[in-house]
Amino acid sequence: MKFKRPDCLTKESMHYCPGCGHGIIHRLIAEVIDEDYKESKIIGVAPVGCAVFIYDYFNFDFVAAAHGRATAAATGVKRSIPDALVFSYQGDGDIAAIGTSEVIHAATRGENFTAIFVNNGVYAMTGGQMAPTTIPGQVTVSSPYGRDPKVQGYHIKLCEMLVPLDGVAFVARTSIHNLKNIELTKKAIKRAFEVQMNNEGFSIIEVLSNCPTNWGLSPCESMKRIENEVLKYYSLGIFKDKGRGI
Amino acid sequence: MKILMKGNEAIAEAALRAGCDCFFGYPITPQTELLQYMAKKLLKSGGVFIQAESEVGAINMAYGAASCGKRVMTSSSGPGISLKQEGISYLAGAQLPCVIVNIMRGGPGLGNINAAQSDYLQATKGGGHGDYKVIVLAPSSVQEAVELTMKAFDLADKYRNPVMILGDGMLGQMMEVVEFDDSYQPQKMEKPWAVTGDRNREKRVTNSLYIVPEELEKHNLKLREKYKKIKENEVMVEEYLADDARVIFVSFGMCARIVKSAVNRLRQAGEKVGLVRPITLWPFPENELKSYASKEEVEFFIDIEMNLGQMLEDVKLSVEGKKEVHFYGRTGGMVPTIQEIMDFYYSLEK
Repeated sequence: MKFKRPDCLTKESMHYCPGCGHGIIHRLIAEVIDEDYKESKIIGVAPVGCAVFIYDYFNFDFVAAAHGRATAAATGVKRSIPDALVFSYQGDGDIAAIGTSEVIHAATRGENFTAIFVNNGVYAMTGGQMAPTTIPGQVTVSSPYGRDPKVQGYHIKLCEMLVPLDGVAFVARTSIHNLKNIELTKKAIKRAFEVQMNNEGFSIIEVLSNCPTNWGLSPCESMKRIENEVLKYYSLGIFKDKGRGI
Repeated sequence: MKILMKGNEAIAEAALRAGCDCFFGYPITPQTELLQYMAKKLLKSGGVFIQAESEVGAINMAYGAASCGKRVMTSSSGPGISLKQEGISYLAGAQLPCVIVNIMRGGPGLGNINAAQSDYLQATKGGGHGDYKVIVLAPSSVQEAVELTMKAFDLADKYRNPVMILGDGMLGQMMEVVEFDDSYQPQKMEKPWAVTGDRNREKRVTNSLYIVPEELEKHNLKLREKYKKIKENEVMVEEYLADDARVIFVSFGMCARIVKSAVNRLRQAGEKVGLVRPITLWPFPENELKSYASKEEVEFFIDIEMNLGQMLEDVKLSVEGKKEVHFYGRTGGMVPTIQEIMDFYYSLEK
């Protein structure tokens, strides 16, 4: 196998910080599209947050949404062009705080698109503030004494919240902290896109990712942190796959 | 064929005839019948209808569908339009066509559900963030609401800009006889910018982000040029018995209709009064008002609104201090009567 840049990625250099997980996740999406959807109509919906420039890195159409509203915009897109593969790409601040209402209702309606939810536990672009997904004890610039559930409440487990909704066809939480999990993430994306193209309903993949810059860790240390700390609060796996009876 | 229709439903029917493919809304009084009409008709005709989880959801769904080149409508009333302002700014920034109906109620806050003109400033001066403009059309009858709704879709596509139909609760709730022009065909415009997912061409992105200041300034200046063109070409105004008038009433929407009756009565009583009714609230008919202000026989202006003078600034700016502008308005969902307007006129004449 020849290692090369996927066809649907542009030659643009990514703006992400060194060691950031977005680059890996972008590549996985690109590989799946190259492998399975070469001829398909594709529309991505970009978020506000670190991945705000995602449309620069893929060579297919994009709609750039307002903060938190990507799942609402994606609803309008997919309903307008039902035969396109549509995915929103959103961070935790975007989808699990300001966009909670939009994602829950898109999921409830069974909107036939895929949300790719990158969870690194902080608002990274604005400088590392506490996110709804920040785990208990985690120090951020806006939880400087560590997140205390008694004061700041608990971390949100979006996947678990979405599983019981009837409109939801596929829910998985994966991680990119090592090769095995990177491979599993790609499989989950592949399956989610398949579920979408089979018109089964809403699909979402939460990808546990890292933020070396705002975590104050080296890229390697940040991957270890996912494994040693983050996974204690967020279990991995396929929580729901309607079509396969899971 | 003439039919009796409720304002909200007539607007919905006009939108369907104008080729509206997608409607995203949320119930709020006094515009809900518009949403209900769409629910009944749009799905059956193969269009997209979603009752969204919120006004924020609705306007952002509209943003998504407008990005795909569809003819899109959303509707609400004051409090809901406030929530939609985020999306309206993004639509304007990304230069996306969308028709937004605001059937106004009393404000601020929850206000009430009565007819009012409480959102003039919000509609015409921005509402959302940034340097942008929305074309605002203010019908004064159900028939005119029908015609302006159809025109709104064409204007939105022509300029790639949001267009607002600004009516009040009275327009939405009243029934009037309307006639639809069966020969009307919606204009089909090429949308070479629309996101369709097609892989056999250069990619397309709908976006309002210009992170480099020089680029954002360039974008804003480009928008300004567009707004200038709209100002030059799209002003609509009704001038009623104003030619030889000594006193010019200025009023918009349903309120202007009451003023028109007052003008008729005053004319019968021998008073030389006339009415100038802006149909486009943005672009505002400033040149038309200015020309009346320059006429020797015009002594003063009277602005009548169902608010506390939200259009007054625009009237005064147009008149340029050449003549005095008096104001009479009712607020809180109160509708001025013909007699009140006449009394106010006579109080100035004393």
